[in-house]
Amino acid sequence: MLEILQYEFMRNALAAGLLVSIACGVIGSLVVVNRIVFISGGIAHASYGGIGLAFFAGFAPGLGAGLAALVSALVMGLVSHSRKHRADTIIGVIWAVGMSVGIILMDLTPGYRVDLMSYLFGSILLVPTHALWSMAGLILVITALTIFFYKDFLVMSHDEEFARAMGVPVTSLYFLLLIMVAISVVMTIQVVGLILVIALLTIPSYIAEKYSSSLKQMMLTAVIISIVFTQTGIWLAYYMDLTTGATIVMVAAAGFLISSLIPGRAS
Amino acid sequence: MNEPAIETRDLSFAYNHHPVLEAVNMRVRRGEFLAVLGPNGGGKTTLIRILLGILRPMQGRAMVLGEPPGESPQRVGYVPQSQSGADRFPINVMDTVLLGRLGHLGRWFRFSGRDYQMARHALEEVGMLEFSERSIGSLSGGQRQRVLIARALAGEPEILFLDEPTAAVDQAFHSRFYDLLKELNEQKNTTIVVISHDLSVLSSHVKAVACVNRNLYYHDAAEISQEMLEKVYHCPVDLIAHGHVPHRVLKHH
Repeated sequence: MLEILQYEFMRNALAAGLLVSIACGVIGSLVVVNRIVFISGGIAHASYGGIGLAFFAGFAPGLGAGLAALVSALVMGLVSHSRKHRADTIIGVIWAVGMSVGIILMDLTPGYRVDLMSYLFGSILLVPTHALWSMAGLILVITALTIFFYKDFLVMSHDEEFARAMGVPVTSLYFLLLIMVAISVVMTIQVVGLILVIALLTIPSYIAEKYSSSLKQMMLTAVIISIVFTQTGIWLAYYMDLTTGATIVMVAAAGFLISSLIPGRAS
Repeated sequence: MNEPAIETRDLSFAYNHHPVLEAVNMRVRRGEFLAVLGPNGGGKTTLIRILLGILRPMQGRAMVLGEPPGESPQRVGYVPQSQSGADRFPINVMDTVLLGRLGHLGRWFRFSGRDYQMARHALEEVGMLEFSERSIGSLSGGQRQRVLIARALAGEPEILFLDEPTAAVDQAFHSRFYDLLKELNEQKNTTIVVISHDLSVLSSHVKAVACVNRNLYYHDAAEISQEMLEKVYHCPVDLIAHGHVPHRVLKHH
């Protein structure tokens, strides 16, 4: 069973799954407790506009995805802060427009038909070694920021009104969180693709929340659950010759079902 | 210590051009025990949020403890209006109360023994110490509210704002809670500003009453009397919820 480790692309895939699990566990927990799942989905899909632009203008698609994710995160942050009652509609529009812009720019790119599927469903078997290093760097930054602002994120997530009264810069933290979501989303797109990002960002955290008595514990548990899902999914996909991203998500869904049968701490 | 606890000058606020507060002038002494009354949507919560530095006034200015609002959060305590619905957030009672000490904490510091001591003391005051390790989600609405009160007390505030603090708590804790506020007010000279509809309890505890319905009417009285209560009802208040029976109060009578 270990013979697949002799292939570099398999080693890289498993390592990418591991790294992305850290981001998904830590940031995914904040996404779930702050109820910004929909915004995160919007960021993921809008980033496709950046991928299209990158192919059209001829620069790295990873960079395009990153820029589009950041811009859409900031716009959605502004909208959800200033126009709360219609925010979900506007986020839905940005979600769809970003995606459409990407597809049209791809159409307009002369003589170049990119494999759309690899962005929609991930291309974990094609992750180069240097990409692993930049992922590791970004995760280091995200984790450091989360630790540094842990108490602020904790009080903001639990009781925003009280956090404001305690002098916690809630608005700045909210935008920082959205930026970290954008970074995590772009990394996770490589593994499971932009359509399935939300599953990996939310399912492990949602399961972890049930069995955790603190946010810290929820993050750690979600990281571990996420690692189990990605590694199992990659192995299964290899042996059964299935699409990796979709297999990971099916493993996560199975985990979700099993967890619903195991009672949590507060029931 | 000579400056007033709260002072506002021509304070105004509007949501989407809809005025909520207009030209509010008030001066609250240190050590005051003030009840804020008024109809729902009359601007009570908005006033408190301005005094906490959460909202910025559109006109006029406010000073709290001699500083602009929000300057020194460690001197201020706050019990927000309770949110209904189950709270699934993964946090236990002790950690929740410790967050009330956040204002006293530097960015690089962990909670100290003194922070834990103050949190335990605050939990004892509200009778929730034995629940320290329980998760918030497993508590009843009333118990959760007590924890949020403890969170505000843990910060040793010089001024305490409470927004309908007893809306969810059980009757037994209710009077004990107001006795606790009275004790804080008398022994530690904590200034207390409480939004409440509960005139029966307020009459035996508060020293002054402010009515907010876009404008503010301040009734300064050392003793709460029948006359005082009548003055309260003479506010231009349309409707005051009193217990479960709403009393219809007419304008300008």
